[in-house]
Amino acid sequence: MKRKLSITSPLALFCLLPGTAMAQTTEATMDKGDVAWMMVSTLLVLMMILPGLALFYGGLVRSKNMLSVLMQCTTITAMVMVVWIFYGYSFAFGGGTGPFWGGFGKLFLAGVDMNSMSATFTDGVVIPEYVFIAFQMTFAAITPALIVGAFAERIKFSALMVFVLLWITLVYFPVAHMVWDEAGYLFNLGALDFAGGTVVHINAGIAALMGAIVIGPRIGFGKDMMAPHSMTLTLVGAGILWVGWFGFNAGSNLEANGGAALAMINTFTATAGAILAWAVIESLARGKASLLGAASGMVAGLVAITPAAGSVGPVGAIALGAIASLGCYIFVGPIKNKFGYDDSLDVFGIHGVGGIIGAIGTGIFTAPSLGGIGGADFSIASQTWIQTEAVVITLVWGGLVSFILFKLIDVAMGLRVDEEAERQGLDQASHGESAYHF
Amino acid sequence: MKLIIATIKPFKLEEVREALTAAGATGMMVTEIKGYGAQSGHTEIYRGAEYAVNFVPKVRIELVVADALVESIISTIEATAKTGKIGDGKIFVLNVEEAVRVRTGETGADAL
Repeated sequence: MKRKLSITSPLALFCLLPGTAMAQTTEATMDKGDVAWMMVSTLLVLMMILPGLALFYGGLVRSKNMLSVLMQCTTITAMVMVVWIFYGYSFAFGGGTGPFWGGFGKLFLAGVDMNSMSATFTDGVVIPEYVFIAFQMTFAAITPALIVGAFAERIKFSALMVFVLLWITLVYFPVAHMVWDEAGYLFNLGALDFAGGTVVHINAGIAALMGAIVIGPRIGFGKDMMAPHSMTLTLVGAGILWVGWFGFNAGSNLEANGGAALAMINTFTATAGAILAWAVIESLARGKASLLGAASGMVAGLVAITPAAGSVGPVGAIALGAIASLGCYIFVGPIKNKFGYDDSLDVFGIHGVGGIIGAIGTGIFTAPSLGGIGGADFSIASQTWIQTEAVVITLVWGGLVSFILFKLIDVAMGLRVDEEAERQGLDQASHGESAYHF
Repeated sequence: MKLIIATIKPFKLEEVREALTAAGATGMMVTEIKGYGAQSGHTEIYRGAEYAVNFVPKVRIELVVADALVESIISTIEATAKTGKIGDGKIFVLNVEEAVRVRTGETGADAL
Protein backbone atom coordinates (compact mmCIF):
# COMPACT_ATOMS: atom_id res chain seq x y z
CA MET A 1 0.00 0.00 0.00
CA LYS A 2 2.92 2.30 0.11
CA ARG A 3 4.06 1.56 -3.36
CA LYS A 4 2.20 4.62 -4.48
CA LEU A 5 4.96 6.68 -3.00
CA SER A 6 7.59 5.64 -5.44
CA ILE A 7 5.40 6.75 -8.28
CA THR A 8 3.80 9.97 -7.25
CA SER A 9 6.53 11.38 -5.13
CA PRO A 10 9.87 9.65 -5.03
CA LEU A 11 10.89 11.98 -2.22
CA ALA A 12 8.33 10.42 0.02
CA LEU A 13 10.34 7.24 0.04
CA PHE A 14 12.80 8.87 2.33
CA CYS A 15 10.12 9.96 4.68
CA LEU A 16 7.96 8.26 7.14
CA LEU A 17 6.37 5.01 6.24
CA PRO A 18 3.33 3.30 7.57
CA GLY A 19 4.24 0.75 10.13
CA THR A 20 7.04 2.85 11.41
CA ALA A 21 5.88 4.52 14.53
CA MET A 22 7.62 7.79 14.70
CA ALA A 23 8.33 10.08 17.52
CA GLN A 24 6.09 13.09 17.39
CA THR A 25 7.98 15.84 15.74
CA THR A 26 6.92 19.42 15.67
CA GLU A 27 5.98 19.37 11.98
CA ALA A 28 4.06 16.05 12.04
CA THR A 29 0.36 16.74 11.88
CA MET A 30 -2.59 14.48 12.41
CA ASP A 31 -5.68 15.28 10.32
CA LYS A 32 -8.95 14.33 11.96
CA GLY A 33 -10.48 13.70 8.52
CA ASP A 34 -7.80 11.12 7.76
CA VAL A 35 -8.25 9.48 11.13
CA ALA A 36 -12.03 9.26 10.73
CA TRP A 37 -11.67 7.81 7.25
CA MET A 38 -9.17 5.19 8.39
CA MET A 39 -11.42 4.17 11.28
CA VAL A 40 -14.32 3.72 8.89
CA SER A 41 -12.11 1.82 6.44
CA THR A 42 -11.00 -0.53 9.19
CA LEU A 43 -14.60 -1.37 10.00
CA LEU A 44 -15.42 -1.80 6.31
CA VAL A 45 -12.71 -4.46 6.03
CA LEU A 46 -14.10 -6.21 9.12
CA MET A 47 -17.51 -6.19 7.42
CA MET A 48 -15.92 -7.85 4.37
CA ILE A 49 -15.22 -10.90 6.54
CA LEU A 50 -18.26 -10.82 8.81
CA PRO A 51 -20.74 -11.16 7.34
CA GLY A 52 -19.51 -10.54 3.74
CA LEU A 53 -17.11 -13.38 3.03
CA ALA A 54 -18.87 -15.70 5.48
CA LEU A 55 -22.19 -15.37 3.61
CA PHE A 56 -20.58 -15.43 0.18
CA TYR A 57 -18.96 -18.75 1.02
CA GLY A 58 -21.84 -19.99 3.17
CA GLY A 59 -24.34 -19.67 0.35
CA LEU A 60 -22.09 -21.69 -1.94
CA VAL A 61 -21.93 -24.81 0.23
CA ARG A 62 -24.68 -27.34 0.87
CA SER A 63 -27.08 -26.41 3.66
CA LYS A 64 -25.67 -29.10 5.97
CA ASN A 65 -22.33 -27.25 6.00
CA MET A 66 -23.56 -23.65 6.17
CA LEU A 67 -22.73 -23.04 9.82
CA SER A 68 -19.30 -24.64 9.59
CA VAL A 69 -18.25 -22.02 7.05
CA LEU A 70 -19.70 -19.16 9.09
CA MET A 71 -18.01 -20.54 12.19
CA GLN A 72 -14.64 -20.93 10.48
CA CYS A 73 -14.70 -17.33 9.24
CA THR A 74 -15.73 -16.07 12.68
CA THR A 75 -13.17 -17.94 14.76
CA ILE A 76 -10.32 -17.35 12.32
CA THR A 77 -11.03 -13.63 12.52
CA ALA A 78 -10.99 -13.69 16.31
CA MET A 79 -7.85 -15.79 16.56
CA VAL A 80 -5.88 -13.70 14.06
CA MET A 81 -6.81 -10.54 15.95
CA VAL A 82 -5.40 -11.93 19.19
CA VAL A 83 -2.27 -13.23 17.48
CA TRP A 84 -1.84 -9.90 15.69
CA ILE A 85 -1.68 -8.09 18.99
CA PHE A 86 0.57 -10.69 20.63
CA TYR A 87 3.22 -10.90 17.89
CA GLY A 88 1.74 -10.54 14.39
CA TYR A 89 2.05 -6.77 14.18
CA SER A 90 5.61 -6.97 15.43
CA PHE A 91 6.57 -9.70 12.94
CA ALA A 92 5.15 -7.63 10.07
CA PHE A 93 5.78 -4.03 11.12
CA GLY A 94 7.90 -4.27 14.26
CA GLY A 95 10.55 -1.89 12.99
CA GLY A 96 13.14 -4.59 12.30
CA THR A 97 15.33 -3.94 9.28
CA GLY A 98 15.52 -7.51 7.95
CA PRO A 99 14.05 -8.04 4.48
CA PHE A 100 11.78 -10.90 5.57
CA TRP A 101 10.39 -10.05 8.97
CA GLY A 102 9.84 -7.17 11.37
CA GLY A 103 11.38 -8.59 14.52
CA PHE A 104 10.31 -8.71 18.15
CA GLY A 105 10.35 -4.98 18.77
CA LYS A 106 6.60 -4.56 19.19
CA LEU A 107 5.50 -7.82 20.81
CA PHE A 108 2.26 -7.18 22.68
CA LEU A 109 2.33 -3.73 21.07
CA ALA A 110 5.27 -2.76 23.25
CA GLY A 111 5.88 0.94 23.23
CA VAL A 112 2.65 1.86 21.47
CA ASP A 113 0.27 4.21 23.22
CA MET A 114 -2.41 6.64 22.11
CA ASN A 115 0.15 9.27 21.27
CA SER A 116 2.09 6.94 18.93
CA MET A 117 1.77 7.91 15.31
CA SER A 118 2.29 6.09 12.01
CA ALA A 119 3.35 7.78 8.81
CA THR A 120 1.14 8.11 5.76
CA PHE A 121 2.17 8.75 2.18
CA THR A 122 2.41 12.47 2.74
CA ASP A 123 5.47 13.87 4.43
CA GLY A 124 4.59 15.06 7.89
CA VAL A 125 1.03 13.73 7.90
CA VAL A 126 0.45 10.99 10.46
CA ILE A 127 -2.35 8.84 11.82
CA PRO A 128 -2.53 7.23 15.26
CA GLU A 129 -0.58 3.98 15.29
CA TYR A 130 -3.52 2.22 16.93
CA VAL A 131 -5.57 2.95 13.81
CA PHE A 132 -2.84 1.59 11.54
CA ILE A 133 -2.52 -1.51 13.73
CA ALA A 134 -6.29 -2.09 13.65
CA PHE A 135 -6.50 -1.49 9.89
CA GLN A 136 -3.71 -3.94 9.16
CA MET A 137 -5.19 -6.39 11.64
CA THR A 138 -8.34 -6.72 9.53
CA PHE A 139 -6.18 -7.53 6.50
CA ALA A 140 -4.38 -10.25 8.44
CA ALA A 141 -7.77 -11.65 9.51
CA ILE A 142 -9.41 -11.80 6.09
CA THR A 143 -6.52 -13.51 4.32
CA PRO A 144 -6.67 -16.89 6.09
CA ALA A 145 -10.47 -16.68 6.10
CA LEU A 146 -10.35 -16.62 2.29
CA ILE A 147 -8.54 -19.97 2.26
CA VAL A 148 -11.35 -21.96 3.91
CA GLY A 149 -13.36 -22.07 0.67
CA ALA A 150 -10.88 -24.50 -0.85
CA PHE A 151 -11.55 -27.34 1.59
CA ALA A 152 -15.04 -26.41 2.75
CA GLU A 153 -17.43 -29.22 3.66
CA ARG A 154 -14.71 -31.65 4.84
CA ILE A 155 -12.04 -29.87 6.93
CA LYS A 156 -11.60 -30.77 10.60
CA PHE A 157 -12.21 -27.62 12.64
CA SER A 158 -9.29 -28.07 15.05
CA ALA A 159 -6.88 -28.86 12.22
CA LEU A 160 -7.99 -25.71 10.41
CA MET A 161 -7.31 -23.52 13.42
CA VAL A 162 -3.83 -25.02 13.87
CA PHE A 163 -3.13 -24.50 10.19
CA VAL A 164 -4.22 -20.86 10.29
CA LEU A 165 -2.10 -20.16 13.36
CA LEU A 166 1.02 -21.58 11.71
CA TRP A 167 0.23 -20.12 8.32
CA ILE A 168 -0.15 -16.51 9.42
CA THR A 169 3.05 -16.86 11.43
CA LEU A 170 5.17 -18.42 8.71
CA VAL A 171 3.55 -17.01 5.56
CA TYR A 172 1.32 -13.99 6.08
CA PHE A 173 3.41 -11.90 8.47
CA PRO A 174 6.67 -12.39 6.53
CA VAL A 175 5.00 -11.65 3.18
CA ALA A 176 3.25 -8.57 4.57
CA HIS A 177 6.64 -7.38 5.82
CA MET A 178 8.31 -8.15 2.49
CA VAL A 179 5.75 -6.21 0.47
CA TRP A 180 4.66 -3.34 2.73
CA ASP A 181 7.43 -2.56 5.17
CA GLU A 182 10.12 -0.09 4.14
CA ALA A 183 12.75 -2.73 4.91
CA GLY A 184 10.88 -5.45 3.04
CA TYR A 185 12.47 -7.36 0.20
CA LEU A 186 9.72 -6.86 -2.37
CA PHE A 187 9.13 -3.29 -1.25
CA ASN A 188 12.68 -2.47 -2.15
CA LEU A 189 12.43 -4.27 -5.47
CA GLY A 190 9.83 -1.65 -6.37
CA ALA A 191 6.93 -4.08 -6.69
CA LEU A 192 3.55 -2.32 -6.80
CA ASP A 193 0.92 -3.76 -4.49
CA PHE A 194 -1.40 -0.99 -3.45
CA ALA A 195 -3.86 -2.84 -1.24
CA GLY A 196 -2.66 -6.40 -1.06
CA GLY A 197 -3.17 -8.29 -4.31
CA THR A 198 0.00 -10.25 -3.64
CA VAL A 199 -0.02 -10.36 0.14
CA VAL A 200 -3.69 -11.19 0.52
CA HIS A 201 -5.08 -12.73 -2.64
CA ILE A 202 -2.23 -14.58 -4.33
CA ASN A 203 -1.07 -15.71 -0.91
CA ALA A 204 -4.50 -17.03 0.06
CA GLY A 205 -5.07 -18.47 -3.41
CA ILE A 206 -1.94 -20.59 -3.51
CA ALA A 207 -2.45 -21.81 0.06
CA ALA A 208 -6.00 -22.77 -0.92
CA LEU A 209 -4.78 -24.74 -3.91
CA MET A 210 -2.29 -26.63 -1.77
CA GLY A 211 -5.00 -27.32 0.81
CA ALA A 212 -7.42 -28.65 -1.79
CA ILE A 213 -4.75 -30.94 -3.22
CA VAL A 214 -3.54 -32.30 0.13
CA ILE A 215 -6.96 -32.86 1.67
CA GLY A 216 -8.47 -34.41 -1.48
CA PRO A 217 -11.91 -34.05 -3.01
CA ARG A 218 -15.21 -34.22 -1.14
CA ILE A 219 -16.97 -37.58 -0.99
CA GLY A 220 -19.12 -37.79 -4.09
CA PHE A 221 -17.25 -35.01 -5.89
CA GLY A 222 -18.19 -34.97 -9.57
CA LYS A 223 -21.05 -37.38 -8.90
CA ASP A 224 -23.34 -36.01 -6.20
CA MET A 225 -25.36 -32.83 -6.41
CA MET A 226 -23.21 -30.19 -4.69
CA ALA A 227 -24.90 -27.06 -5.97
CA PRO A 228 -24.88 -23.90 -3.80
CA HIS A 229 -27.64 -24.06 -1.20
CA SER A 230 -28.44 -20.34 -1.36
CA MET A 231 -27.38 -18.18 -4.25
CA THR A 232 -29.40 -15.45 -2.53
CA LEU A 233 -27.05 -15.36 0.47
CA THR A 234 -24.08 -15.64 -1.86
CA LEU A 235 -25.10 -12.42 -3.59
CA VAL A 236 -25.79 -10.73 -0.25
CA GLY A 237 -22.27 -11.69 0.82
CA ALA A 238 -20.72 -10.63 -2.48
CA GLY A 239 -22.47 -7.26 -2.27
CA ILE A 240 -21.17 -6.71 1.25
CA LEU A 241 -17.71 -7.68 0.04
CA TRP A 242 -17.91 -5.04 -2.68
CA VAL A 243 -18.94 -2.30 -0.26
CA GLY A 244 -16.35 -3.40 2.29
CA TRP A 245 -13.67 -3.45 -0.38
CA PHE A 246 -13.73 0.35 -0.48
CA GLY A 247 -12.21 0.26 2.99
CA PHE A 248 -9.69 -2.28 1.76
CA ASN A 249 -8.64 -0.34 -1.34
CA ALA A 250 -9.37 3.33 -0.71
CA GLY A 251 -8.39 2.88 2.95
CA SER A 252 -4.99 1.59 1.84
CA ASN A 253 -4.24 5.16 0.81
CA LEU A 254 -4.07 5.96 4.56
CA GLU A 255 -5.36 9.49 3.93
CA ALA A 256 -8.70 10.83 2.78
CA ASN A 257 -7.51 12.63 -0.35
CA GLY A 258 -7.23 12.35 -4.13
CA GLY A 259 -5.32 9.09 -3.88
CA ALA A 260 -8.15 7.53 -1.91
CA ALA A 261 -10.59 8.94 -4.45
CA LEU A 262 -8.69 7.26 -7.31
CA ALA A 263 -8.72 3.94 -5.47
CA MET A 264 -12.42 4.41 -4.81
CA ILE A 265 -13.47 5.05 -8.40
CA ASN A 266 -11.26 2.18 -9.59
CA THR A 267 -12.95 -0.14 -7.11
CA PHE A 268 -16.23 0.76 -8.80
CA THR A 269 -15.14 0.63 -12.42
CA ALA A 270 -12.96 -2.50 -12.38
CA THR A 271 -15.72 -4.42 -10.64
CA ALA A 272 -18.39 -3.20 -13.04
CA GLY A 273 -16.20 -4.14 -16.00
CA ALA A 274 -15.58 -7.58 -14.53
CA ILE A 275 -19.26 -8.32 -13.83
CA LEU A 276 -20.26 -7.32 -17.35
CA ALA A 277 -17.41 -9.29 -18.88
CA TRP A 278 -18.30 -12.49 -17.01
CA ALA A 279 -21.97 -12.15 -17.98
CA VAL A 280 -21.11 -11.56 -21.64
CA ILE A 281 -18.60 -14.42 -21.74
CA GLU A 282 -21.13 -16.79 -20.17
CA SER A 283 -23.88 -15.68 -22.51
CA LEU A 284 -21.68 -16.33 -25.51
CA ALA A 285 -20.20 -19.58 -24.20
CA ARG A 286 -23.35 -21.31 -23.00
CA GLY A 287 -26.30 -19.11 -23.81
CA LYS A 288 -27.19 -18.07 -20.26
CA ALA A 289 -25.69 -15.48 -17.92
CA SER A 290 -25.81 -16.81 -14.34
CA LEU A 291 -25.95 -14.93 -11.06
CA LEU A 292 -23.07 -17.02 -9.73
CA GLY A 293 -21.16 -15.86 -12.78
CA ALA A 294 -21.96 -12.22 -12.01
CA ALA A 295 -20.94 -12.67 -8.36
CA SER A 296 -17.76 -14.46 -9.42
CA GLY A 297 -16.95 -11.66 -11.84
CA MET A 298 -17.57 -9.16 -9.06
CA VAL A 299 -15.03 -10.81 -6.77
CA ALA A 300 -12.56 -11.42 -9.63
CA GLY A 301 -12.69 -7.73 -10.54
CA LEU A 302 -12.25 -6.65 -6.92
CA VAL A 303 -9.29 -8.97 -6.50
CA ALA A 304 -7.66 -7.77 -9.72
CA ILE A 305 -8.00 -4.07 -8.90
CA THR A 306 -6.62 -4.51 -5.38
CA PRO A 307 -2.92 -4.15 -6.25
CA ALA A 308 -3.69 -1.61 -8.97
CA ALA A 309 -6.27 0.63 -7.30
CA GLY A 310 -3.87 3.46 -6.50
CA SER A 311 -1.95 3.60 -9.73
CA VAL A 312 -4.18 2.83 -12.72
CA GLY A 313 -6.82 5.04 -14.29
CA PRO A 314 -10.58 4.36 -14.09
CA VAL A 315 -10.76 3.28 -17.74
CA GLY A 316 -7.74 1.03 -17.46
CA ALA A 317 -9.41 -0.45 -14.39
CA ILE A 318 -12.44 -1.48 -16.48
CA ALA A 319 -10.13 -3.30 -18.88
CA LEU A 320 -8.21 -4.91 -16.03
CA GLY A 321 -11.45 -6.14 -14.43
CA ALA A 322 -12.70 -7.56 -17.72
CA ILE A 323 -9.42 -9.38 -18.36
CA ALA A 324 -9.54 -10.83 -14.84
CA SER A 325 -13.04 -12.18 -15.48
CA LEU A 326 -11.94 -13.81 -18.71
CA GLY A 327 -8.93 -15.42 -17.04
CA CYS A 328 -10.89 -16.64 -14.03
CA TYR A 329 -13.77 -17.90 -16.19
CA ILE A 330 -11.42 -20.04 -18.22
CA PHE A 331 -9.65 -21.25 -15.09
CA VAL A 332 -12.62 -22.30 -12.98
CA GLY A 333 -14.20 -24.10 -15.93
CA PRO A 334 -12.15 -26.06 -18.44
CA ILE A 335 -8.73 -25.79 -16.76
CA LYS A 336 -9.84 -26.80 -13.27
CA ASN A 337 -11.96 -29.65 -14.59
CA LYS A 338 -8.98 -30.98 -16.49
CA PHE A 339 -6.89 -31.26 -13.34
CA GLY A 340 -9.69 -32.74 -11.26
CA TYR A 341 -8.76 -31.29 -7.86
CA ASP A 342 -11.59 -30.04 -5.65
CA ASP A 343 -11.02 -26.38 -4.77
CA SER A 344 -14.63 -26.34 -3.64
CA LEU A 345 -15.37 -22.61 -3.81
CA ASP A 346 -12.65 -21.74 -6.34
CA VAL A 347 -10.40 -19.80 -4.00
CA PHE A 348 -7.41 -20.33 -6.25
CA GLY A 349 -9.47 -19.93 -9.41
CA ILE A 350 -10.75 -16.50 -8.35
CA HIS A 351 -8.34 -15.08 -5.75
CA GLY A 352 -5.17 -16.75 -7.00
CA VAL A 353 -5.74 -16.29 -10.72
CA GLY A 354 -7.46 -12.90 -10.33
CA GLY A 355 -4.63 -11.80 -8.03
CA ILE A 356 -1.96 -12.84 -10.52
CA ILE A 357 -3.75 -11.06 -13.38
CA GLY A 358 -4.13 -7.98 -11.18
CA ALA A 359 -0.52 -7.95 -10.00
CA ILE A 360 0.88 -8.31 -13.49
CA GLY A 361 -1.77 -6.03 -14.98
CA THR A 362 -0.70 -3.35 -12.51
CA GLY A 363 2.65 -3.28 -14.28
CA ILE A 364 0.84 -2.62 -17.55
CA PHE A 365 -2.05 -0.31 -16.70
CA THR A 366 0.01 1.97 -14.42
CA ALA A 367 1.63 3.26 -17.62
CA PRO A 368 0.65 6.89 -18.32
CA SER A 369 -0.11 5.97 -21.93
CA LEU A 370 -2.85 3.69 -20.59
CA GLY A 371 -4.25 6.23 -18.15
CA GLY A 372 -2.13 5.24 -15.13
CA ILE A 373 -0.22 7.56 -12.86
CA GLY A 374 3.26 6.24 -13.68
CA GLY A 375 5.84 8.92 -14.38
CA ALA A 376 7.32 9.79 -17.78
CA ASP A 377 10.10 7.26 -17.22
CA PHE A 378 7.65 4.43 -16.43
CA SER A 379 8.53 1.28 -18.31
CA ILE A 380 5.83 -1.34 -18.79
CA ALA A 381 8.41 -4.03 -19.50
CA SER A 382 10.56 -3.48 -16.43
CA GLN A 383 7.62 -2.89 -14.07
CA THR A 384 5.84 -5.99 -15.38
CA TRP A 385 9.03 -7.96 -14.79
CA ILE A 386 9.20 -6.75 -11.17
CA GLN A 387 5.52 -7.57 -10.71
CA THR A 388 6.07 -11.06 -12.09
CA GLU A 389 8.99 -11.54 -9.75
CA ALA A 390 6.82 -10.61 -6.75
CA VAL A 391 4.11 -13.01 -7.95
CA VAL A 392 6.54 -15.88 -8.38
CA ILE A 393 8.19 -15.30 -4.99
CA THR A 394 4.78 -15.28 -3.28
CA LEU A 395 3.60 -18.37 -5.16
CA VAL A 396 6.76 -20.30 -4.35
CA TRP A 397 7.09 -19.23 -0.71
CA GLY A 398 3.39 -19.39 0.08
CA GLY A 399 2.85 -22.57 -1.91
CA LEU A 400 5.78 -24.43 -0.44
CA VAL A 401 5.18 -23.52 3.20
CA SER A 402 1.43 -24.12 2.88
CA PHE A 403 1.98 -27.53 1.32
CA ILE A 404 4.37 -28.57 4.08
CA LEU A 405 2.03 -27.28 6.80
CA PHE A 406 -0.96 -29.14 5.38
CA LYS A 407 1.06 -32.36 5.12
CA LEU A 408 2.42 -32.04 8.66
CA ILE A 409 -0.99 -31.35 10.17
CA ASP A 410 -2.51 -34.20 8.18
CA VAL A 411 0.03 -36.60 9.67
CA ALA A 412 -0.13 -35.15 13.17
CA MET A 413 -3.87 -34.79 13.67
CA GLY A 414 -5.68 -35.46 10.39
CA LEU A 415 -7.02 -32.69 8.16
CA ARG A 416 -10.39 -34.23 7.41
CA VAL A 417 -13.40 -35.26 9.39
CA ASP A 418 -14.33 -38.94 9.10
CA GLU A 419 -16.61 -40.16 6.36
CA GLU A 420 -19.72 -40.36 8.50
CA ALA A 421 -19.29 -36.78 9.71
CA GLU A 422 -18.75 -35.56 6.18
CA ARG A 423 -21.92 -37.25 4.95
CA GLN A 424 -23.90 -35.95 7.91
CA GLY A 425 -22.57 -32.44 7.37
CA LEU A 426 -20.15 -30.42 9.45
CA ASP A 427 -22.85 -28.31 11.09
CA GLN A 428 -24.12 -31.21 13.16
CA ALA A 429 -20.96 -33.32 13.20
CA SER A 430 -18.50 -30.57 14.18
CA HIS A 431 -20.65 -27.89 15.78
CA GLY A 432 -23.78 -29.66 17.04
CA GLU A 433 -26.30 -27.33 15.42
CA SER A 434 -28.24 -26.82 12.20
CA ALA A 435 -28.54 -23.77 9.99
CA TYR A 436 -32.19 -24.11 9.14
CA HIS A 437 -35.28 -25.48 10.85
CA PHE A 438 -38.19 -25.39 8.45
CA MET B 1 -65.92 -44.05 -5.87
CA LYS B 2 -62.60 -43.50 -7.53
CA LEU B 3 -59.34 -41.96 -6.32
CA ILE B 4 -57.91 -39.73 -9.01
CA ILE B 5 -54.22 -38.90 -8.73
CA ALA B 6 -52.93 -36.29 -11.12
CA THR B 7 -49.40 -34.91 -11.35
CA ILE B 8 -49.34 -31.53 -13.03
CA LYS B 9 -47.09 -28.55 -13.62
CA PRO B 10 -47.07 -26.39 -10.48
CA PHE B 11 -48.16 -23.19 -12.21
CA LYS B 12 -51.29 -24.97 -13.49
CA LEU B 13 -52.60 -25.72 -10.01
CA GLU B 14 -54.91 -22.73 -9.59
CA GLU B 15 -56.44 -23.12 -13.03
CA VAL B 16 -57.03 -26.84 -12.47
CA ARG B 17 -58.51 -26.23 -9.01
CA GLU B 18 -61.02 -23.72 -10.34
CA ALA B 19 -62.04 -25.97 -13.21
CA LEU B 20 -62.46 -28.99 -10.91
CA THR B 21 -64.60 -27.04 -8.49
CA ALA B 22 -66.78 -25.95 -11.39
CA ALA B 23 -66.97 -29.57 -12.54
CA GLY B 24 -68.35 -30.65 -9.16
CA ALA B 25 -65.34 -31.73 -7.13
CA THR B 26 -66.03 -31.04 -3.44
CA GLY B 27 -62.43 -31.09 -2.20
CA MET B 28 -58.94 -32.22 -2.99
CA MET B 29 -55.55 -32.87 -1.46
CA VAL B 30 -52.47 -31.18 -2.91
CA THR B 31 -48.80 -32.06 -2.36
CA GLU B 32 -45.66 -30.49 -3.77
CA ILE B 33 -43.60 -33.33 -5.12
CA LYS B 34 -40.53 -34.01 -7.23
CA GLY B 35 -40.30 -36.65 -9.88
CA TYR B 36 -39.58 -37.41 -13.47
CA GLY B 37 -41.09 -39.15 -16.43
CA ALA B 38 -40.38 -38.49 -20.06
CA GLN B 39 -39.12 -35.00 -19.16
CA SER B 40 -36.27 -36.51 -17.12
CA GLY B 41 -34.93 -33.35 -15.50
CA HIS B 42 -32.49 -30.68 -16.60
CA THR B 43 -28.91 -29.62 -15.94
CA GLU B 44 -27.64 -26.75 -13.80
CA ILE B 45 -24.17 -25.26 -14.12
CA TYR B 46 -22.35 -23.59 -11.23
CA ARG B 47 -19.08 -22.13 -12.49
CA GLY B 48 -17.34 -25.18 -13.93
CA ALA B 49 -19.53 -27.78 -12.24
CA GLU B 50 -22.49 -29.25 -14.09
CA TYR B 51 -25.20 -31.08 -12.16
CA ALA B 52 -28.03 -33.17 -13.56
CA VAL B 53 -31.24 -32.33 -11.72
CA ASN B 54 -33.24 -35.51 -12.36
CA PHE B 55 -36.25 -34.72 -10.24
CA VAL B 56 -38.36 -31.80 -11.34
CA PRO B 57 -40.93 -30.06 -9.13
CA LYS B 58 -44.56 -31.08 -9.75
CA VAL B 59 -47.83 -30.80 -7.90
CA ARG B 60 -49.81 -33.92 -7.08
CA ILE B 61 -53.57 -33.55 -6.78
CA GLU B 62 -55.58 -36.33 -5.15
CA LEU B 63 -59.34 -36.36 -5.08
CA VAL B 64 -61.99 -38.98 -4.46
CA VAL B 65 -65.15 -38.62 -6.54
CA ALA B 66 -68.36 -40.51 -7.10
CA ASP B 67 -68.32 -42.84 -10.11
CA ALA B 68 -70.65 -40.62 -12.09
CA LEU B 69 -68.20 -37.74 -11.97
CA VAL B 70 -65.03 -39.64 -12.90
CA GLU B 71 -65.11 -39.07 -16.65
CA SER B 72 -65.77 -35.34 -16.44
CA ILE B 73 -63.15 -34.84 -13.72
CA ILE B 74 -60.51 -36.61 -15.80
CA SER B 75 -61.35 -34.66 -18.92
CA THR B 76 -61.35 -31.41 -16.93
CA ILE B 77 -57.85 -32.06 -15.58
CA GLU B 78 -56.68 -33.15 -18.99
CA ALA B 79 -58.01 -30.01 -20.63
CA THR B 80 -56.80 -27.48 -18.08
CA ALA B 81 -53.37 -28.93 -17.19
CA LYS B 82 -52.37 -29.34 -20.80
CA THR B 83 -49.75 -27.08 -22.34
CA GLY B 84 -48.81 -29.46 -25.12
CA LYS B 85 -45.19 -29.43 -23.99
CA ILE B 86 -43.25 -32.28 -22.42
CA GLY B 87 -43.78 -32.57 -18.65
CA ASP B 88 -47.53 -31.89 -18.51
CA GLY B 89 -47.99 -34.83 -16.13
CA LYS B 90 -50.13 -37.93 -15.77
CA ILE B 91 -53.51 -38.98 -14.36
CA PHE B 92 -54.10 -42.24 -12.49
CA VAL B 93 -57.46 -43.65 -11.41
CA LEU B 94 -57.89 -46.17 -8.56
CA ASN B 95 -60.85 -47.85 -6.97
CA VAL B 96 -61.83 -46.71 -3.49
CA GLU B 97 -63.57 -49.21 -1.21
CA GLU B 98 -64.90 -46.92 1.47
CA ALA B 99 -64.98 -43.33 2.68
CA VAL B 100 -65.99 -42.00 6.10
CA ARG B 101 -66.66 -38.42 7.15
CA VAL B 102 -65.11 -38.17 10.60
CA ARG B 103 -67.46 -35.49 11.96
CA THR B 104 -70.78 -37.15 11.08
CA GLY B 105 -69.92 -40.78 10.48
CA GLU B 106 -71.47 -40.65 6.98
CA THR B 107 -70.04 -43.28 4.62
CA GLY B 108 -69.63 -43.86 0.90
CA ALA B 109 -70.38 -41.10 -1.59
CA ASP B 110 -72.20 -39.13 1.12
CA ALA B 111 -68.89 -38.65 2.90
CA LEU B 112 -67.22 -36.94 -0.07
